[in-house]
Amino acid sequence: MSIALTTQIICFTVLSLVVIIGALGVVLLESIVYSAFLLGGVFMSVAGLYLLLNASFVAAAQVLVYVGAVNVLIIFAIMLVNKKEDLKPIQDIKSRRIISTSICLTLLSLLIRVDLTNVWSLSSPQNSVGEESTIRIGEHLFSDYLLPFELASVLLLMAMIGAIVLARRDVMNKDISTGLPVDQELIEKSSKPLLTNKS
Amino acid sequence: MEYGLDLEYSFNELLKGFGLSSEIAHIIWLPLPMLLVLVAAVVGVLVTVWLERKISAAAQQRIGPEYAGALGVLQPIADGLKLLVKEDIIPAKADGILFTAGPILVLVPVILSWLIVPFGQNLLISNVGIGIFLWIALSSIQPIGLLMSGYASNNKYSLLGGLRAAAQSISYEIPLALSVLAIVLMTNSLSTVDIVNQQSGAGILSWNIWRQPVGFIVFWICALAECERLPFDLPEAEEELVAGYQTEYAGMKFALFYLGSYINLILSALLVSILYLGGWGFPIPVELIAKFLNLPINAPFIQVFTASIGIVMTVLKAYLLVFIAILLRWTTPRVRIDQLLDLGWKFLLPISLANLLITAGLKLAFPQFFGG
Repeated sequence: MSIALTTQIICFTVLSLVVIIGALGVVLLESIVYSAFLLGGVFMSVAGLYLLLNASFVAAAQVLVYVGAVNVLIIFAIMLVNKKEDLKPIQDIKSRRIISTSICLTLLSLLIRVDLTNVWSLSSPQNSVGEESTIRIGEHLFSDYLLPFELASVLLLMAMIGAIVLARRDVMNKDISTGLPVDQELIEKSSKPLLTNKS
Repeated sequence: MEYGLDLEYSFNELLKGFGLSSEIAHIIWLPLPMLLVLVAAVVGVLVTVWLERKISAAAQQRIGPEYAGALGVLQPIADGLKLLVKEDIIPAKADGILFTAGPILVLVPVILSWLIVPFGQNLLISNVGIGIFLWIALSSIQPIGLLMSGYASNNKYSLLGGLRAAAQSISYEIPLALSVLAIVLMTNSLSTVDIVNQQSGAGILSWNIWRQPVGFIVFWICALAECERLPFDLPEAEEELVAGYQTEYAGMKFALFYLGSYINLILSALLVSILYLGGWGFPIPVELIAKFLNLPINAPFIQVFTASIGIVMTVLKAYLLVFIAILLRWTTPRVRIDQLLDLGWKFLLPISLANLLITAGLKLAFPQFFGG
């Protein structure tokens, strides 16, 4: 076995273990902050798996989008909403957990079946593009995948407009469910003059 | 065009001469450039810290450090040693794991980004295909470390500092990436080596700063904001937030933040010089000098000369930019948080978008000047 192959196998094992254990931690940990940080670790390891598959552009895009934007925003939101709130105990939590576990196990068995029945070997192993992949992705995005690409951008625009509408005080200044005025003070207020006129 | 020293090839040939297989030679070679670049980065930090102390002293009409070594050159080493031997304190109410992981997460991506900094045709750790995009991706990890240490310190100033750092970093990443994109558009490649080679045609005249003056200024402002240097050092604004996210840190953990911010500053300066100031290129093309001296371009003397001039030029340009950054830090006031976000979203973002659009148009109109 060559050194390169051994390195690959070690890297793959470590990355897969981090992905699996990290993902379990995201779901099972009580503290939401730990879950959010672990999610970042899982995203990073998935990027590592992409690197092992010679897809360096996809790996860097994964880090930029998922770690640098999505995960940072999740953590940001968790820390901005710094409300100490006692959560009400949910009714019959046990049966709910049993149901959700069984659904997850069914999904898992489905995935395992797909894994076992699918033929994974590529028809021609010499087909990998490697460093060329950036150019190929660009070509596809501007030719046969143009419509999904543009639709995704429209979707993001809609999400952005929705977020702006929600954040504007004059549009949404009442809680939807209770009808009470919402405390919308920012953590950092716009600066007011420190010295006021005494007269 | 493929010239210049190829140290890896010569090193591997040397080891093969000793009867080692090429695979083992490669493995022995691998850590060498990494260590060299790491040492270079740390030495660069020491020099920058000394420069910062001396220039700030000059700006404030003081003398600055003068007892540790000639002109105080040993002062940064003394600072580093002091931080090394200080007690490592974790506050009682802090979250120990996150508190320790935060500084590491801030430092590691910055050091990893040195992977793509070229000092010559073959003088870089790895000429990865995604090049400059790797740096953009890696620099987006940093805010997670800042948020982590801000949260784990269990201190309101730290939390505010961490949140500010993340907000600032996210807002300035977009104009930064857009101005890099304009360069990539002109080069047709993401690789830093290709970006420098594209500017090497006519010496100083072919540097990207003449073709991308707006991009240069946008990139420099954004790089300063990403480094949290003074006009934009809101995350650690000492008058408002004590020291921002590093308030509770002491000893080696604080040193990691300190090291990270200075390595990031040097890295940004190096990248500005690579993207806009011709990287390792001499203001007059070396080929012209070789022709003038009637020497073939492949002569060993010329190759060593080119390589050393390349390293000197890269470092010189980078330190010129570091000097400007230090002067800016000690002569400009800090912006407010609303001014910072206004500048990022309402000024730099539209300008960099327009710059990208105009670059694309110029590339179609004048392909010989703006990369075909």
